[in-house]
Amino acid sequence: MAHATADHAHDHHDEPAKGITRWLFTTNHKDIGTMYLVFSLIMFFVGGSMAMVIRAELFKPGLQLVDPVLFNSLTTNHALVMIFGAVMPAFVGLANWMIPMQIGAPDMALPRMNNFSFWILPFAFTIMILTFFVPGGAAAGGWTLYPPLSIQGGDSFPMLIFAIHMMGASSIMGAINIIVTIMNMRAPGMTLLKMPMFCWTWLITAYLLILVMPVLAGAVTMLLTDHFFHTSFFNAGGGGDPVMFQHIFWFFGHPEVYIMILPAFGIVSEIIPTFSRKPLFGYDSMVYATASIAFLSCIVWAHHMFTTGMPLAAEMFFMLATMLIAVPTGVKVFNWTATMWRGSLSFEPPMLFALSFLFLFTIGGFSGLMLALVPADFQYQDTYFVVAHFHYVLVPGAVFAIMGAVYYWLPKWTGHMYDMRLAKWHFWLSTIFVNVLFFPQHFLGLAGMPRRIPDYAVQFADWNMVSSLGAFGFGLSQIIFATVVIKCVKGGAKATAQVWDANPRGLEWTLPSPVPYHSFQVAPEVK
Amino acid sequence: MSEIPNGGEGLSREQQRRANRSLTARLLVFTAGSFAFGFALVPLYDVLCKVTGIGNAEAKAGRAEVREAVDPNRTITVEFIANQGSVGSYEFYPRTQSMRIHPGKLYDTTFYARNLTPVPSVAQAVPSISPGESVQYFHKTECFCFSPQKFKPGEGRDMPIRFIVDPHLPAKIDKLTLAYAFFDLTQNAAR
Repeated sequence: MAHATADHAHDHHDEPAKGITRWLFTTNHKDIGTMYLVFSLIMFFVGGSMAMVIRAELFKPGLQLVDPVLFNSLTTNHALVMIFGAVMPAFVGLANWMIPMQIGAPDMALPRMNNFSFWILPFAFTIMILTFFVPGGAAAGGWTLYPPLSIQGGDSFPMLIFAIHMMGASSIMGAINIIVTIMNMRAPGMTLLKMPMFCWTWLITAYLLILVMPVLAGAVTMLLTDHFFHTSFFNAGGGGDPVMFQHIFWFFGHPEVYIMILPAFGIVSEIIPTFSRKPLFGYDSMVYATASIAFLSCIVWAHHMFTTGMPLAAEMFFMLATMLIAVPTGVKVFNWTATMWRGSLSFEPPMLFALSFLFLFTIGGFSGLMLALVPADFQYQDTYFVVAHFHYVLVPGAVFAIMGAVYYWLPKWTGHMYDMRLAKWHFWLSTIFVNVLFFPQHFLGLAGMPRRIPDYAVQFADWNMVSSLGAFGFGLSQIIFATVVIKCVKGGAKATAQVWDANPRGLEWTLPSPVPYHSFQVAPEVK
Repeated sequence: MSEIPNGGEGLSREQQRRANRSLTARLLVFTAGSFAFGFALVPLYDVLCKVTGIGNAEAKAGRAEVREAVDPNRTITVEFIANQGSVGSYEFYPRTQSMRIHPGKLYDTTFYARNLTPVPSVAQAVPSISPGESVQYFHKTECFCFSPQKFKPGEGRDMPIRFIVDPHLPAKIDKLTLAYAFFDLTQNAAR
């Protein structure tokens, strides 16, 4: 098979193969990491374009641009593209690039599976995007796929389920690869508690992935058999229960939101110490906090379902367990703050993004606490307050951390410094516009504007216009990001091995910039 | 291929490969277990509902055996509601909108359903009782919801229900609502 050829080449040459086959058959963790990151950037723009259409439609009340079904398809697919196409592959790409370099391994433990897990993704998303062109249009019942609405879809329904299965298989393989790499491939002396935080957060994330992605696969399989084989998992008429889908889905769905934020915690834990010129404050407590968050994330799923009706005792349990997550998260936020305390700070682009993450993610965390309160949630359920909340934790949370990571390690990958001035422009425009975009949505939600509706009452017009303007500004600012990255890949001032004069810690900085195609063929000494 | 020293505890390449393979195998088993767990949640969910009485599990349960012990001093209102799982296949409504009843006494009422389609059909009624805490005190000794109902094209008929409310019903409850959702199962029955 093709993989065998690639492996052959891999053993005998130090340089990558030429042409397209390099990318098709590669088993090199750096190539695969690059492909994941490029794919994620493309999906970021695809999902972003959908968001632009959504915000354009919501610019003023009434129906202007798209019909309501297409609007619902856009919200549904925007979510799926951003979650499974942009954020998760970006983290896997960063893991591919950085984990072997951070633990002193020559490559990922399972290089061929690595190639496979990446190459399923373009096919999965092609199938998903194609659903826009089949009779009945793309799935429009929300990314949460609640039955009975979701199984009443047209031809898009089985295609979407198949695409989700492929995405799930891809992330499960990626997760297994990361666990095996971290458990088996560490350089001698690199004990678990000496690992960089990024590796730690990814190790825990990977375990979450193999715990919950198969549950999602099971849930969508049940939808599929309910639709085509007349099983009655979620069909009340046949003895099933549609609310059960929500339980199974959110058993996946809540850990999923931590899958999208724990690696971001790891990235921020790398960047802040570097530019504070101090070691990370409370390393051990960071590890334990991450593990606690992961554990708690598995027992709080029903806080997404307070309004479906449940006994008071269950509401109390899920409310209190959810609020408990604020404790380990608080430990992290205070540790980052303590790391900066009396540090010698400098504000390069990665640090700016990390600081912005710290502030804005915390805002998202606080609105999450408000949503955890059962009586308040009855009011906020399915309003723009929820939209504002999860976009605050995902955009200035996960996405800003990813951008910070790219700005942190890009010179290491390419060997070139990037345009700092342009990167700072990107930062300031993004940070300002992301708040213009999402902060007003808190007000809209508290005032009662429901989510996933293409039209709204005129009382909501002003803040929607502000939010849409913020969205256009944020969307356009991301072109600067792409420009900075492309320029940096093409050339620029030579980067040193250290890259940052802040003296960053970690094995990756002992390698030259750009990193040679094969690194740590001989395991480094870890003191 | 030269021996390249690398890996956790300075293993040889072959040892490394074997260790990777065994951990991968274990993680794949873990993944399969998670997939199975997703399906195991289905019966677990039902068990949990039965044990805790959540979600009207009791209401959907079968025929109850109860003895009459009438409490003539207490009067409760029972309301009847008919919902349809899908629009257009059936006409479905309660013959009586509400009844004033004494706990501990058996009562009869009927729901009317008519097949609006030109083909034979099968339907199943799923009951729901509110408020939720009254579910365990509402017993049906006879109900059309116990089994799927078959209809000829255009056929309509009254369907009986016989129920009794347990006198132990908490004193604060003076009104119960019995709602039926009527689901067209023709598709499923034809499989």
